Amino acid sequence: MGKRLVVIGNGIAGIATVDEVLRLDPDMQISIFGKERHFGYNRVLLSEVLAGKMGIDSIYLKNRDWYEKNNIDLHLGMKVVGIDTQNKKITAEDGSAISYDSLLVATGSSSYIPPIKGVEKEGVFPFRNIEDTEGILNGARDSIYEGKIVASVVYDPEGIMEKVRMSKKAIVIGGGLLGLEAARALSLHGVEVTIAHIMDRLMEQYLDETASHMLKKELERMGIRVLLNHEAAQILGYPRVRGVSFSDGGIYDADLVVIAAGIRPNIEFARRSGIKVNKGILVNDHMETSVKDIYSVGECAEHRDRTYGLVAPIMEQAKVAAGAICGSGGASYEGSIPASILKVMGISLMSIGDFSDQSADIEEIVYKDESASVYKKVLVRKDRVTGAILLGDVNDGPRILRLVKEGIDVSSMRTRILFGDQASGTATMSEADLVCRCLGITKGMIVKAIEEHGITSLNGVAKHTKACTSCRGCSSLIEQILQEALGGDYSVEPKDPPLCSCINLSQVELRDKIIEKGLKSVKDVLINFATAPGCEKCKPAISYLLNEVWIDGYEEDRSARFINDRVHANIQKDGGFSVIPRIPGGVVTSEELRKIADVADRYAVPMVKITGGQRISLFGVKKEQLPAIWSDLGMRSGHAYTKAVRTCKTCVGTQFCRFGLADSISLGVAMESRFQGLATPAKIKIGVSGCPRNCAEATIKDIGVVGIQDGWEVYVGGNGGNRVRSADLLVSVKSGDDAIRVSGLFLQYYREDGRFGERTSSFVERVGMEKIKETLFKDSLKNVRLGERLDLSLAVLKDPWEEGSKPVAVRQFEELGVYEG
Amino acid sequence: MKDKMIKAGKISDIPEGEGRVFRSGRNEIAVFRLAAEIQGSSGQGSQGSRIPSNPRILEPSSIVVAIDNRCPHHAGPLADGIVSGDLVICPLHGHKFNLKTGESTGDEGKIKTYPVFVDGEEVFMENDLIS
Ligand code: SRM
Ligand SMILES: Cc1cc2nc3c(=O)[nH]c(=O)nc-3n(C[C@H](O)[C@H](O)[C@H](O)COP(=O)(O)OP(=O)(O)OC[C@H]3O[C@@H](n4cnc5c(N)ncnc54)[C@H](O)[C@@H]3O)c2cc1C
Ligand code: SF4
Ligand code: FES
Repeated sequence: MGKRLVVIGNGIAGIATVDEVLRLDPDMQISIFGKERHFGYNRVLLSEVLAGKMGIDSIYLKNRDWYEKNNIDLHLGMKVVGIDTQNKKITAEDGSAISYDSLLVATGSSSYIPPIKGVEKEGVFPFRNIEDTEGILNGARDSIYEGKIVASVVYDPEGIMEKVRMSKKAIVIGGGLLGLEAARALSLHGVEVTIAHIMDRLMEQYLDETASHMLKKELERMGIRVLLNHEAAQILGYPRVRGVSFSDGGIYDADLVVIAAGIRPNIEFARRSGIKVNKGILVNDHMETSVKDIYSVGECAEHRDRTYGLVAPIMEQAKVAAGAICGSGGASYEGSIPASILKVMGISLMSIGDFSDQSADIEEIVYKDESASVYKKVLVRKDRVTGAILLGDVNDGPRILRLVKEGIDVSSMRTRILFGDQASGTATMSEADLVCRCLGITKGMIVKAIEEHGITSLNGVAKHTKACTSCRGCSSLIEQILQEALGGDYSVEPKDPPLCSCINLSQVELRDKIIEKGLKSVKDVLINFATAPGCEKCKPAISYLLNEVWIDGYEEDRSARFINDRVHANIQKDGGFSVIPRIPGGVVTSEELRKIADVADRYAVPMVKITGGQRISLFGVKKEQLPAIWSDLGMRSGHAYTKAVRTCKTCVGTQFCRFGLADSISLGVAMESRFQGLATPAKIKIGVSGCPRNCAEATIKDIGVVGIQDGWEVYVGGNGGNRVRSADLLVSVKSGDDAIRVSGLFLQYYREDGRFGERTSSFVERVGMEKIKETLFKDSLKNVRLGERLDLSLAVLKDPWEEGSKPVAVRQFEELGVYEG
Repeated sequence: MKDKMIKAGKISDIPEGEGRVFRSGRNEIAVFRLAAEIQGSSGQGSQGSRIPSNPRILEPSSIVVAIDNRCPHHAGPLADGIVSGDLVICPLHGHKFNLKTGESTGDEGKIKTYPVFVDGEEVFMENDLIS
């Protein structure tokens, strides 16, 4: 049997070391203790999770298979409380003990919580682990939710409710890397964010005054407020936070507080066990602690007076520690040069080296272009670069990092330090230049992998080298390297995000490929382009694309559809369904009302309700009842369960209203009848109002039409829901027919260019009204084609409820069977 | 031991890549037919169903699999979920479970799986396990 290595800490450091140990000595018996209940995950990506760009599922470093395959004795949710260095044993919190031959302490750090009164209140979170992140996300949602509830109170003489409704406010305490990332993530959720920082500049460890000032301006441009020289004194509110007061007496509202005030290494039990500690656990150049056979790596370790809060140094330390543990050592760790990148979309910022060094012989070389928001500076001492700040343009980062690392004499290239050879991009990088700084992957390693595995995509590089699986700041560099290595075979991937992790193509690219290759089924698309079996994200998206592209000449695959689109009803919390028949324009006959009432009685429907979409819903229906209910109703589907044209709300208009300027009911009924059920990237709601009093709330609908003197105004891109957005005026037209025609053009444009799941509000913001108007009204070729394709698509639409009598899939509404003992 | 097999239905009763509920008393079992071509890495074994004659001597199928229908999170009906390789995604809030092992990919623990036996067209389960 091999020797036993016990690892305390299931974070990046622990796992990286274990990975390396297993490579050197596959026979090593390994036990891992982790305080958190999760398999090892990539903490760096919590920022992405918080921003809603990744799910928890996609940040795990290792899955159960890995632990099992390597025979790792894993203790999750189990804190280690003591080390008996004499008998070489550790004790866990449940009293169990286990002996080791070698022990690795990789306990990382915890968030530092400053002594602010009231930090224990509801709605106050540190930002360090999965639970914190989920808590903040829920807090962000709660606060929005609370606002809505309160807003429904009617009596409001002083407009207080109006204020409360707006109070989706968060304060982030701490203006370092983490605080800024948390702030940006929250602001992406529509929360109003304030950063309160105790120092006179942001990220003071990494930036000088100029860079910090420019960064502040960038953040403010994104709608984030920055308070400098602000020391939080007390969290106000009970039991939930309502605001924060500061030592200068100022008070700011908040219903969510995130504390990102720094980290403290977890070294308590190591100290108690007699291991020498200072700020962190003291280690020598072989990552050995003061006690024999005990090693330490990661944020908890202190090497040559330094602790690191970054991943790249951990990777270097892990290699050295593994060598020492396996006895194949020799390599030593010389310390790392800190290089950090801010992962905030829209801001490129990199800082290299140490800025605290104030020695007199330090020179600065600076380039500054304030209107372009570009600032670059290197620090030079005795002809060697010791640090750099790059803001607005980080392309030279890797090259400068190498100058620092290798201590290259720059006396002959001073004028060129800041501006490498721009034209040739990564071509000027040497093999040893770091590309992925998070995981320590060099250009040479990537080039080698490209050659060995015939890689042609960023995803491929990520898979084989792990580069770009952490902060992803290096994606554009890797693309350049691919281009350099493959020449014409590689075209730089567009900025559009890939469809999902199964398919490394953007939706636009995939659509082109589907047309080019004539693919007609989800299966064929997956076989051709997916690297994974297809998931709940891509399968429905592909189904949508096939329908949109081929209209009806494609193979419908129900297994690729969400349950709602298999049974044409909306799934509810207990697995039952709701049924909402179509009532165009909200105009209903007494006969239809009678039929609905009869069905409600006959099937003992638990609730009948008038919906917010001007129609009637039957709630709590069983799947098996759907076909019979549809048949008895004899009405068409209202498509309330799917991404398609749903309702058209109308108001009274000239038919009855004393202010009516236009016949909104007729136009609304006509519009809904024409577009009903047309599949779209996300749901479509329409509203038609008879005058600008706008009783049908048309201007917060995807398409809104408002009657004016002698005509109509057509609006697009409105949204109620999570983020209320009022629609933009597309055009004013003379007749209702014209309103229907331009609405159709817009719908078809959105169907072809909208991303699956993207509401028109986001689509309009992404594409821009200018471009939309140009496409619909100026580009005569495109708009004729849009009109034709829309007509074709509408012509083949069928009422999905017909499937009640003609199911598409086997036992579409039935169970497999029943066994009665 | 396996002479207490009960017939749960026919393979053609379940569309490829979908699940259907088999009810046994108060027990709801979700029976899935995995897509033969595109499935998770661990699933490319033989059809498992080609072994002749008597279900008694069959190996459990790797193409037709069964798990508890109700998601441990908030009792979502897993039979209505989308299948991705060996995983099913709960239709209510998206938790994922491995259809072969019952393990959740997140923190929802492990749910019960049931061996399914396929003989030709017929699908069987073990009486004493499901009731
Ligand atoms: C039934 C209804 C509530 C009601 O009792 O009145 C309803 C019910 C649901 N809404 Fe809604 N929405 C209903 C009107 C609205 C409206 C008002 C409107 O349409 O005028 C809005 C705001 C307008 C808008 O969409 O811009 C609305 C904004 C949402 C949103 C937020 C969308 C957004 O862009 O932020 C969701 C969530 C989503 O789609 O992801 C949602 C999602 C849902 C779902 C489908 C949640 C789900 O996935 O299960 C609810 C289904 C309940 C069920 O058991 O069937 N519902 N929902 C309304 C049906 C209208 C209809 O006749 O079709
Ligand atoms: C939101 C966020 C974004 C970040 N972004 C970046 C970035 O872009 N680039 C970068 O380089 N770095 C970044 N970092 C920092 C980086 O994540 C850390 O440097 C790294 O995760 C440290 O790894 P570690 O293994 O040393 O510690 P940890 O990840 O903290 O792991 C230690 C583990 O040990 C466990 N543990 C502690 N005590 C015990 C005990 N007594 N018994 C058992 N288990 C114990 C802990 O629960 C923890 O799971 C970021 C950090 C955060 C929080
Ligand atoms: S019906 Fe709409 S608002 Fe009401 S709970 Fe469901 S999603 Fe939320
Ligand atoms: S009930 Fe299954 S995920 Fe919530």
